[in-house]
Amino acid sequence: MAVCISVIAKENYPLYIRSVPTQNELKFHYTVHTSLDVVEEKISAVGKSLGDQRELYLGLLYPTEDYKVYGYVTNSKVKFVIVVDSSNTSLRDNEIRSMFRKLHNSFTDVMCNPFHTPGDTIQSKAFDGIVSGMMVQAG
Amino acid sequence: MMAGSQWELPPELCCRPMAFVALTGLDVVYNAVHRAIWDAFCVNRRADRVPISFKVLPGDHEYPKCRTKRTSYEWYIPKGILKTGWMHKHLNLVPALVVLFYELDWDDPTWKEKQSECATKVEIVRTSLQGRNTKVAVVLIQKKTPLPPGEDLVASERAATLCNACDLSGKSLFVLPHTDHLVGYIIRLENAFYEHSQTYYYTEIRRVKSHKEFLNKTTHQLLFVRHQFKIAFFSELKQDTQNALKYYRTAYSLVHELRAHETNMLEIKTMAGFINYKICRLCFQHNTPLDAIAQFRKHIDLCKKKIGSAELAFEHSAWMSKQFQSFGELFDEAIKLGLTAIQTQNPGFYYQQAACYSQDRKQLAQQLCQASLPSPEPVDTQSGGLDFYGQRAWRQGHQSIDPPDAEKEKTGILAQQMKERDVPHSELIIALLSNAVAQFKKYKCPRMKSHLMVQMGEEYYHAKDYTKSLKLLDYVMCDYRTERWWALLSAILTTALRCAYLMASVKDYIIYCMELLGRASTLKEEQKLRIEKNLLKVLKNEVPEAEPECDPSSVTAARSLWNDRMALAGSNELTIEVQDYIPFIQCKARFHSPSFHVDQPVQLKVFLRADCPHPVSFNKLSVSLSNQEYNQWCVVESAGEESMSLVPGKTQCYNFSFVAKTEDVGKKIEMTGVEVMLGSDSGRCVFLSWRGAGGDVASTHEALQASRSSRRWGRGVQARQEPDWDSLTLQPSTMVISRVPKVSVQLSHQPPALNNEMYCINLTVQSQEEGVAKDVKLTAGLKPGQDATLGQTTHVTLDGSKVCDDSAPALLPDLPLGDLHPGQKLEISVHVKCVSTGPRVFLFHVAYSIDTSVEGRQIVCKCHKDETVTIETVVPFEVSAKFVSTKFEQLDRLAVDIPFLLMTDILSTSPWPLLLASSSLQLLTMTSNTPQLQSQLQEVVLQTDESASECFCLRVPPMNNNNNNTVATGQYLISWRRKSSGVDSPLIQTTVTLSHVILETVPLYIHADLPSFGRVRESLSVRYHIENRTSLVQEVEMAVEPSDAFMFSGLKQVRLRILPGSEQQMLYNYYPLMAGYQTLPQLNISLPRCLTANTHSLRRFLPQRIFVKPQGRQLDEASIAAA
Repeated sequence: MAVCISVIAKENYPLYIRSVPTQNELKFHYTVHTSLDVVEEKISAVGKSLGDQRELYLGLLYPTEDYKVYGYVTNSKVKFVIVVDSSNTSLRDNEIRSMFRKLHNSFTDVMCNPFHTPGDTIQSKAFDGIVSGMMVQAG
Repeated sequence: MMAGSQWELPPELCCRPMAFVALTGLDVVYNAVHRAIWDAFCVNRRADRVPISFKVLPGDHEYPKCRTKRTSYEWYIPKGILKTGWMHKHLNLVPALVVLFYELDWDDPTWKEKQSECATKVEIVRTSLQGRNTKVAVVLIQKKTPLPPGEDLVASERAATLCNACDLSGKSLFVLPHTDHLVGYIIRLENAFYEHSQTYYYTEIRRVKSHKEFLNKTTHQLLFVRHQFKIAFFSELKQDTQNALKYYRTAYSLVHELRAHETNMLEIKTMAGFINYKICRLCFQHNTPLDAIAQFRKHIDLCKKKIGSAELAFEHSAWMSKQFQSFGELFDEAIKLGLTAIQTQNPGFYYQQAACYSQDRKQLAQQLCQASLPSPEPVDTQSGGLDFYGQRAWRQGHQSIDPPDAEKEKTGILAQQMKERDVPHSELIIALLSNAVAQFKKYKCPRMKSHLMVQMGEEYYHAKDYTKSLKLLDYVMCDYRTERWWALLSAILTTALRCAYLMASVKDYIIYCMELLGRASTLKEEQKLRIEKNLLKVLKNEVPEAEPECDPSSVTAARSLWNDRMALAGSNELTIEVQDYIPFIQCKARFHSPSFHVDQPVQLKVFLRADCPHPVSFNKLSVSLSNQEYNQWCVVESAGEESMSLVPGKTQCYNFSFVAKTEDVGKKIEMTGVEVMLGSDSGRCVFLSWRGAGGDVASTHEALQASRSSRRWGRGVQARQEPDWDSLTLQPSTMVISRVPKVSVQLSHQPPALNNEMYCINLTVQSQEEGVAKDVKLTAGLKPGQDATLGQTTHVTLDGSKVCDDSAPALLPDLPLGDLHPGQKLEISVHVKCVSTGPRVFLFHVAYSIDTSVEGRQIVCKCHKDETVTIETVVPFEVSAKFVSTKFEQLDRLAVDIPFLLMTDILSTSPWPLLLASSSLQLLTMTSNTPQLQSQLQEVVLQTDESASECFCLRVPPMNNNNNNTVATGQYLISWRRKSSGVDSPLIQTTVTLSHVILETVPLYIHADLPSFGRVRESLSVRYHIENRTSLVQEVEMAVEPSDAFMFSGLKQVRLRILPGSEQQMLYNYYPLMAGYQTLPQLNISLPRCLTANTHSLRRFLPQRIFVKPQGRQLDEASIAAA
C-alpha cells in the first residue's frame, strides 16, 4: 500500500497530496516534487517519438533507498504520483497499475463535478475515501 | 585530510595495480647514459606501453624479508583478515623482477674481471631476495651496436659463459646498445620484463592457492577471505582482470560467510567495502556498469543492517556514506571515460545518499557523543597504527566474541565518540550535496537540484553559516514559488526567517515575515500571529522575539545584534520590491478605462487587500505614473494619528483622479509603480513597492482560475457587491485622447469627378460648441499615405474661377478660417483637379481650440474633426477622328493637294450633361480647304452616351520633298464644362492629338464637273479635268466604255499629251436612258509613260454614279392616246 499519493496539475503544482501521518509530510512533498523531473523527461521523450498513443502509466520513476516512486500521466497532463515503501516487496506492477486506474477514475469524477473548477485543489470526500483505501493504514 | 579520513579508502586499494620491477645498477644522478636509460623507462609513459611500475634501487637494496614458510596451519589462528601493509608491500616493495644493469661490451679487454664482478652483483641481489620467487635479469649496457645474432661468435660464446657465471638462463640476459634508438630498445626490454613479471605473479598465485589444502573451515575462515583477496590482487598485478574479478567475487561471498559479531563487525564491513570497491571498479573497467550497480546494491542490502556496536552507530552511517560516495566517484570516473548515464541512474543519486547517511551520522553523533570525557589516556585510534584493516586499536588481533577487557573497551568507545565530536559533519554533508547538485544539474533534474540546494542551505544553517544558507535558500525559493508548492515554500521560508533573525538582517527578516503571512503560506494561524507580532515590533524599531527551534546560544548573540541594529540611527527606511514574492498585502491597480478624453478627469483605482490574521495599518499609498507630474494627485497619506487600515480578507479600494495635461494628448500614461508605506517615521518606514500596476507571483494564476470559474457561473459572481479579488484585472496604462469635437463638417459634391475638370466640393462647417471655437483651421486635399503618383496628379485650390496649373499642391494645409461662434456656419468650396482617373481619398480636417474647464480647471483643448471622402475620377468623353475622301470613303493614305475630309466624333461618358463650348483644329501640315474653319459644335450639350461629330474639309499642300512619308496631322481642341456648373466657371480645354497620316503623290489628278442629278432623256454635260501633277509631259490614253444606261457624245477614244502642271479638259454629253442610280460610262485612262499609275488608282477621284430622275410628265397627245 502506498505511503503517499499525490495529484499534480498540468502546470506542476500540487492539486492533492496525502501521506501517511506517521512520517514527515514535508519529505514526501519533496519526493513527489523531485519525481516531476523524471515525469517531465518521460513525457517529453514520448512527444518526440511517432504516434500519439502513449501509455498513461509511466512505471517506476526512480528508486530511493527508502521509497519507490511510481508515476502516471493523464492525457490532459495531470500527473499522479504514488510513493511506496521500498521494503514493501509484495506489491506487483499490476497492483500499482490498478491503483492508478482507480485514482484516475475517481479524479475524473471530481472533474465532472460542475462545482469544481479545474486547476483548483481537490477537496472531495469521495476522492479522499478512495485515496484512504489505497494508503497504508496508520497504526 | 579531514578528520573523516578514518573512512577513506587506502590509496593502494584505489590505484590500478601494476607489475613492480626494480632496476639496479643505474646511477641516474651522475651518469648521463644511465639517466637517459631511466628517462626512457619512465618519462612520458603513454597508455600503450606495458603496465609496469619501475623503481631505481641500489644494487645492495634490502628487500622485505620473507617470513619462513609455514609448513602446517594446524595450530595457527589468524588474527585478522588482511594486513594493512600487504597491498603496499606488493605494489611498491617486493618486485616481480630485479634487473641489474651492467656496462660491458663483448670485446672488453678485461672481460674476465668484469664477468666475475657482474656475477657478484647478481649474487648480492639474490641474497637479499632470499626466499622470494622474484626473478633476476641482467642487462649489459654496450657502446657498440651488436651484430645480427649468430654472426658474432665471440658474443654468443661470452654470453653463454656469463649466463653460467651468474646462474642465469639465456632469457634473462639482455643487451642494451647505447645508440640512437634507445627508446626502441627500451620498449623491447620492458616487454621482456613484463613477461618475466607475469611469470612471477603466476607463481605467486599458485603459491597462495597451494595453501588452501592446509586450511580448515572452523579456524581459518579469515584466511579463506585473505587468500582469495590475495589471489585476486595478484591477478590484477598480472593484468588478468577477468580472473581478478572472479576471485574478488569469491572473496566477497566468503567475507559475508564470516561469523559476525559486535567485535569484528567493523573489520568485516571494512573488508567487504574494499572488495566491493574492487569489484565495482573492475566492472566499470570491463564496461559492464549494470553489473557494478547490481553488485553495489547487493553490497548495500547485505550491509545496511550490520550496524555493529550501538554506541558507535555513527560509524556505520559514516561507513555507509563512504560506500555511496566512493561508488558515486567510480561511476563519475567511468562517465568521464565515456560511459553514458541517464537521468534516473547517475552518480548524483549516490552522492545524495552519501549525504543522507552523513546526515544520519551527524544526528547519531549528536545523540551518542554527549558525554564529556575526563580523558586520562587518549587511546590511539589512528588506523595508521593498525596491523589489520578494520580492527580496533585497543584490541588488535583479537578475534573472540567478547572484548578482552571491558574497561578498555569502554574507554576505547568513549575515545571514538570524542573523536567523532570534532568531525565537521556539516562540511562533509555540504561537500557531498554539492557533488550531487553538480550531477543532477548535468542530468536534467532541476527539481532534485533545488531540493538538494535546500538541504545544503539547511546544513549551512546548522553550521551557523547564515549568509551562505540565505543565499542558497533565496536562490531556490523562487523555483518553488513559481511552481506553487506552498508547503515547501513555507518550510524554506521558515528556515530563511530563522537565518534572517539570527543574522539580524532587517530587510530579509521583513521580507520573509511578509511572505509567511501571505496567502501562499501554509503556516498555522498561531504561527502567523506570532510572526505578525514580530513584524510589528520590527516596524516599531523594536527587537523581535526569537524564532522557535533556534540554538539558544545563537539567540543570545542574535539579540545583541538586533539591539545594535536598533540603536543605529538612520537607515530606518526600507524599500522592498514585493512583486517577486507573495506578500501579505496584495495590490492591484487599474485605470477606469483604457482611454480618457482630455476634458475628462483621468480616474484610477488601487485595490489593496491584506491576508494576515490581524488588520494591518499603513500610512501612505502612492502611485507613480510615467509622467511624474501626475504623481502628486495619486498619493493618499494618513491624516495625523489616524492611519489607514486593511481588514483581512476585505478588499479596500482607493480612488484617484487627475486632469491630464493637454500636451499629453495622444500619449500613454502608465503606472510605473505602487507603494504602500508601513510603519511610521518614529519607528521604521517600510515601503512595499510593486512595479507597474501591482500583482505578484501568484496573481496571474489566480486570475486565470477566477476566469475559469466565472465563465461557468456567468454573472453570478459579477453581481456580488464586493468585487471578487481574484477576478480583478490590472489596467496599467491608459491613453489620453483629444476632446470630442462638437462641430459638424458636411461635404456636398457631385461625384464622380471628371478628368481635368475643376471638381467642386462644398464644405459646410457648423459649430455646436457652447463657446467660441478659436483658430479654426482647415486642412483639405488628398489624404496622405496613398499612392505617391496620386500626389502629382491631384491639385487642390480654393480658387474655382480658373483652371489651376500643376503647381497647385495636392493638400492645402492649415488654412486659417478664423473663429467660429456658437451655432455659426462656414461654407468653403474646394476645387480639385484630377489629372488621372481612378479613386482618391480626400481628407477634410477641421481643427480648432476651445477653452473649457475640467473639475474647475481651465484648460485649452485642441479638437479636430476629420472627414474623408473617396472620389472616383472618370474620363468625360472619348474622342475619335478619321480621314475620308470627298466621297466619304475611308482613306489609309492621303493624296497630296487633293481635298479630303476629317471627321471627329465626341462620345460623352460622363454621367452628368456636358456643355461643349467650342472646338477647333490646330493643323500642322495641312490646310483647310474652306476659307474659315468654324466649329460645328458650339454650345452643344451632350447627355450621357450621346455623341457629337464634326467634319472638316482639308487639303495637304504640295510639298517638294520626297513622297510616301508620314506626317503629324495636328491637334483637336475641345473646350467644355459641366452643364450644371455656373456660367463663370472656367472652361476646360481638352486637347486630342490626331493620328499621323501617310502621304502620297499622284501623277495625274482627274476630277469631274457633274450636275448633282440627271433626267431621263435630257442631256447632261460632264466635264473631266485632267491635271498633270508631274514635271514631265504626260501622254494620256482615254477611252469611254459604252453603257446601257447612257448614250453619249464626245471623244470615245483619244490620245493626248498634257504639259507639266497644265490641265486638259474633256467634255462629254451624257444622255440618260434609265431612271434611278446609274453607273456612269466608265472612263478608262492609262498613262503609257508612267506605269505606276493605273486606271484604277486614277479612277477613284471620279464620280461613279449619278442619280437620274425620271422624265417629267408632259400632258401631250400621244401619251393620252396611249392611255
